[in-house]
Order: sequence, then structure tokens, then C-alpha cells
Amino acid sequence: MGFKPATICIQTERLNLLSHTVTSAVCRQTVLFLSSAVRMAGRGRGRGRGQLTFNIEAVGIGKGENLPPSTLQPTPLFPPMEHKPVPLQTGEEAEYMLALKQELRGAMKNLPFYIRPAAPKKDVERYSDKYQSTEPTDNTIEWDPVTLHRPSSFVTGFPPPHHVYFLGQTLEKKEEELSSDEEEREKKQEEEEQEGEEEYDEEEFEEETDYIMSYFDNGEEFGGDSDDNMDEATY
Amino acid sequence: MTAQEVRLCGLLLQEHFGEVVEKVGTHLLRIGPLSLRAIAHETSTPLDLVKKSLCVLLQHSLCSFEGTQKGPRGVVEYRASCERILRMLRYPRYIYTAKTLYGDTGELIVEEVLQRGHMTMSHAVQTVADRLTHNMEEGSSMEYSEVVSAFSRLVETHLLQRCPSVTEGPLPVASSGGPAASATVPTLSECQTERFNLPPITLKGRGKRRLSNEDNEAEQARGKRARLDDANTKTSGDEGIYWQVNFERFHQYFRDQAIIGAVASKLDQTSSEIVRTMLRMSEVTTTPTAAYTQPLSVNEIFRALPPSYSISRPVLEQYLTLLVDDPMEFVSKTGDSGGGMYAVYVHKVLTSLARATLESVVQERFGSRSARIFRLLLRKRHLEQKQVEDFAMIPAKEAKEMLYMLLSENLVQLQEIPKTPDHAPSRTFYLYTVNPLSTARMLLQHCYKTVANLIVRRLNETKENKRLLEKSQRIEAILASLQASGAEAAQLTEVEEMITAPERQQLEALRHHVNKLDSSENQVDETIFLLESHISSTMASR
Repeated sequence: MGFKPATICIQTERLNLLSHTVTSAVCRQTVLFLSSAVRMAGRGRGRGRGQLTFNIEAVGIGKGENLPPSTLQPTPLFPPMEHKPVPLQTGEEAEYMLALKQELRGAMKNLPFYIRPAAPKKDVERYSDKYQSTEPTDNTIEWDPVTLHRPSSFVTGFPPPHHVYFLGQTLEKKEEELSSDEEEREKKQEEEEQEGEEEYDEEEFEEETDYIMSYFDNGEEFGGDSDDNMDEATY
Repeated sequence: MTAQEVRLCGLLLQEHFGEVVEKVGTHLLRIGPLSLRAIAHETSTPLDLVKKSLCVLLQHSLCSFEGTQKGPRGVVEYRASCERILRMLRYPRYIYTAKTLYGDTGELIVEEVLQRGHMTMSHAVQTVADRLTHNMEEGSSMEYSEVVSAFSRLVETHLLQRCPSVTEGPLPVASSGGPAASATVPTLSECQTERFNLPPITLKGRGKRRLSNEDNEAEQARGKRARLDDANTKTSGDEGIYWQVNFERFHQYFRDQAIIGAVASKLDQTSSEIVRTMLRMSEVTTTPTAAYTQPLSVNEIFRALPPSYSISRPVLEQYLTLLVDDPMEFVSKTGDSGGGMYAVYVHKVLTSLARATLESVVQERFGSRSARIFRLLLRKRHLEQKQVEDFAMIPAKEAKEMLYMLLSENLVQLQEIPKTPDHAPSRTFYLYTVNPLSTARMLLQHCYKTVANLIVRRLNETKENKRLLEKSQRIEAILASLQASGAEAAQLTEVEEMITAPERQQLEALRHHVNKLDSSENQVDETIFLLESHISSTMASR
């Protein structure tokens, strides 16, 4: 609240004036300080306890009137608000400015002015690092103040088209192969949904490994076959 | 530079330019002017990253440099500007204003110049034409000349200005007799007469539509070769002349809008039109911090009124008298020549607006009775406890409570007037008072803190839901590519179902929260503008 214990001696009179007359919960802290101030005053003077330099009735506290109890803990972090805030302005102007703000934020991230710190080194260098595409590090390697004036290589507000195209291509190919596999097998409803998720996982998987997933049998056919020939010994 | 301002500046720098620039910028703000080596050493950032950050800050005029005499050979010191960084909060408002005044072309020009900091006219025209062409239908494209004319209009109304240009000069040599031409620090000189002169440029052509990715790899290769040749042969004649947005002019416009709005809500539409005319006529002759506009005679005002408001001369004079007699003192009469000379009292209007802001803050936080006490103290200046109770017509106990609540929030101050030399409390007057200027400053700091908290909360929300956001972005990318390559509806729905319904709800809630926080930032910025204008106007008039 702004009343520090160190300044109590200087502002004792002002505090005494204030804190005695308050009965609301908000100013409990001032009462706490008051009681400590009174004690300090008593200690300093050494003569009688709780004597103040002025008539306490003049300020407004009658004899024996209830003062609120002093607080023993800090005020809560999110105190309940008595007055709720006014709702925000809505309307075309507010929404347009909102859209502008969000677009500006997104666009700034793609301009060369956004400087990323150098990528942290991984613990061990992996062989596959050579073949993985990392984040564009041209921010730290070749950077020329002249490019700031003509950042023609940066296109604002658009995802790089060739990445998406490439992903789409591989996805399509994989989906065609997988769908032809599906037609050969019997499927229940839950398994179809699982398939969808597996498909998704496989596609994720495909981005990162060199192995072509369609060559890999994922075991369900294997399990199906063995169920038919139970008398054969399995090694 | 208070702690709240530095914190907010740090968050704004981080959002727009990344962490490295934020570290360098906040360090400069806290410590003051520093040399390059000192910055690199104290922030423990590699030297090249520091150089890049300083380049970015200088490009956007957030930082300035000057050669000093310190050290054996003189050193260049960089100084960050807190006020200018805080302007970044207001960028959407500038862009929206340009849109209302000059349409989509103006909006895009201002947006590009704000994003790039400094830009040549030709580059701005080309980029904007390309962007406009992209949004138009197939087959049509935007002429460069239209964009050039929009740019010229922006410059004529002083919304865009030239950046200070470089004049090479040798660094003043220290007295220890170091080598004469060891270092040259460029000095930037701003030529006032040339600030708004358009350079003659030769720029003919149309905007280029960005070609779609599927059919054009070969064409792109050909196009690139051709473009390289073009770039070598085509220089548009304005190299080295950079333009930036003139924030002062925008602020003047916002101020005028605030004044007109205040008049319209207090009086009526016609009076606001009269005030609008007066302000428009004195746009270029008034400095931003002037207390009064230039005096205008009734004849001039009458001639300059828009034709849609055809009021007769005596009616105009009556309106002006009304405006002068109003207790808000919007307009004041400064003389009798030419039928009466009138000027808009800008300083008083800004003060009234700031006071209205303070009163509404008190009302919303403490209730209408506390607001009544606050308004009373604003008008009557110094009052004793008993007088407050009487004037406000509130019972003693509640009045005391409210006064102490306001006092604890530092909105109201206590003034002691001793009757006796020994300052005995029983023989001292205690008067309550409100100091509008310091209260306005305090509220301004609260506003900065509010915006900083809003930004932190928004960043926190996005961070908590990062996984979900990334997943949804991936799904959208997959969907877009599938649609582009013509997939069936069944595949599309299958991909869409990868996001479950509760996840969709969570995404929707996140979007709603982020929008609300962003919108709040914009609106707190309006309050910041009012309070800052009031404070700067008061300081200038002292």
C-alpha cells in the first residue's frame, strides 16, 4: 500500500490521523501499522503505553469502539473485484484494428528484421543431421544490411509454396498406396479410425526416415495368417 | 524511463524483432548510451548479433547514434529511444487511419513503410502494387501511377516524411593527436525545407501477380534471369532517398478527432463541423504542442465551411458565441477584426479530456459516489474532511471510508496547513486535494503496466496451447495442399477429422481469448494517447 515501516517515525502523526477512523477491511493494514506505531511511540517515550500526542476522540474513534482485526497474511494475489470492468468496444473499427494487429505481428516474424538467436547445439552430432532440413540459418550466416532495404526474397504473409506442394505430393502417393492395401483387408469401424491415426503417424514418420513405409508390413496381416494355421509350429 | 516503460518496450521488441534485439534494446534503455563493444560485453552476445540488432533498431529509428570524444580515437555511442519504441503499440491505429483517409492503397503504403522502417519510394510503390494486384481478380493489375499518386497525397499532407540523409564528416579528432582520417562517422542531417519534397522518379509498369506454384518453375527461371537484367538497367532515380512515417502528424490528426468528438458529444453536430473546419484550416500552421491554433476570422471560417452545411452568417456567429461561452472553453475569442477572431483552445480541451478519463477511471473502480467526491475535489481544489461530506452530500462514515480508499490508491493527496509552529496535529488543517498532472502521470504508468501484463498473458496462453496450435497449422497445410491438387471430399473430411471436437473447442476458446487480449491492448493505447497528449501539452505550456 505504500506505507513502509521505515517511514513510520516521520509520518506517525499522519498515520495516526488516518488509520484510527477507518473501519473498512481495506485499511486493515494501516491499523496494523498504527498499532506498531503506537507501540514504537510508547517504547520511545517509555512512559505509559498507547499514549498518542493528540486526543483520539477528535479524530473519530470513540472509547472502546471496535477496530478491525489486524491482518496476519499478505493480501490475495487476485482479490475479488467489487466493480466489474466495462466490456470492450466492439464494432467494425475495433475488429479491423484487431485483424491489422495480428497480421502485422505475423508479418514481422517473416521479415529479415526478426533475428533469431543461433540454434543451440545438440548433444551429439548425428549422421542424419546432414540430410535433415534445419531452420533457415541465413539469419546468422550471410546477412547484409543492404538486404534490409530490398528484402525481395521474403514474401510476406504466405507459407513457402514449394514446401506444401512437396508434402502434398508425398502424401498423395502414400495415400494411394495405402488405400489400395485397405481394399484387400477386412475392416471394422474402430480399426478404420485407428488406421486414420496410424496413417497420420506414418506420414509423420515418413518425413524423418529414409525408409519407405509401404514396404513395411505392420503385423496385422501376419497375425491374421497365423490364426488360420494354428497346427503349424512357429519358430 | 520508468521500470514499467522499459518492461513494455522489452516485450514489444521481443514480439516484433526477436529475443536478441530485445536483449540489446532493453540493455540500452536501462543503462543509457553505450558503445558497440560495451553492449557486446555486458549482454554477453556475440558481436555480429549485436551489430545486426543495432542495424535493425536503426532501420526502424528506434535507436540513434553519435560520435563522441570518449576513448583515444573517439567512439560511437548508441542510444535507444523509449518513446519511439512505445509507438509500436499504435501501428494498427496509424494503418487504419490511412485507410479511412486514403483507401486501400494508402493503407498498404503506410503498412509497408511501418514494417520496413525506412523505404525508398520506388520500392514502396512496387511492393504495394504487387500486393494489390494479388488481391484483384485474374487478368487485371494495378498501375504504378495510381500508387505513386496515393504516395504523393500522403506526402503532401505530411503523413510521410523523408528520413534524415547522410552527410559524411570526419570524427572530431581527440586532442592526443591521433591519426587524422582514422574514422568517419556519418552524421545525419535533416533538411527542413526538403522534408516533404517528392523526388522525380521514373517508374512505369504494373504490379506483378505472384505466379501460382504449380505451372511455373520453368517460367520462374526465365523470369528470374530477365528480372536480374531489368534490375541492372532500371534504376528509378531516387536511390538514397528514404521515407518514413511522420508520427507527429498522425498524432495531430488523432488529437483533432478527439476534439471534434468531444464537441459533438457536448454540443451538436453543426458545432463539431465548425470546429472541424477551424482545425482543418490551421493544420499546417499549428505546431504539435501549441496551446492555441492560429486565430481565424469569421469571414475565413464562413468561406471554408463545407457546402453541405449551408448555414447563414449570423447563425455561424451565434454558434461561435455558444462555443466561446461554453464552460469547457473549446473556442476562445482572440480579437474583433474581420468580424471576430476565434481560435481553438487545444490545451484546455486536452486537459478536459484527460480529466474525464481520470474521473471515469475512479468511477469504474470505486463506484459513483467516490467519483462524485473526486470530481468535487477536482473543481474545488482544497477541501477539509467536513466540507467534503457537506458538498458531496454523503454521510460522514462513508465519506471517510471513500476518501481513505482514494488516498491509499494515491489518487487524492493530503495537504497540511499548520496553525501553530509546532505542527501539532490537533491544531493543523488537513486538506484533501487532487493534483491532476501527477495523477495523470500515475495513470499513464498504470496503463503501461496494463499493456505489458496483457502481452505477457497472451504469450502465456499461446505457449500453453503450443502443441495444439502446431497440430492445427499442420492440418491446415495438409488440407490446403490436398485442395490445391484436387482431392476428393472424402479425403478432405478424413483429414479434417484428425482434430477432435474437444480440441476444436479448445482452439476456439484460445482464439477468443487471444482476440480479447489484443483488442484490450488497442483500447488501452487510446487512453495512453490521451494522457500522453495532455502531459506533453501541459509541459510545453509551462
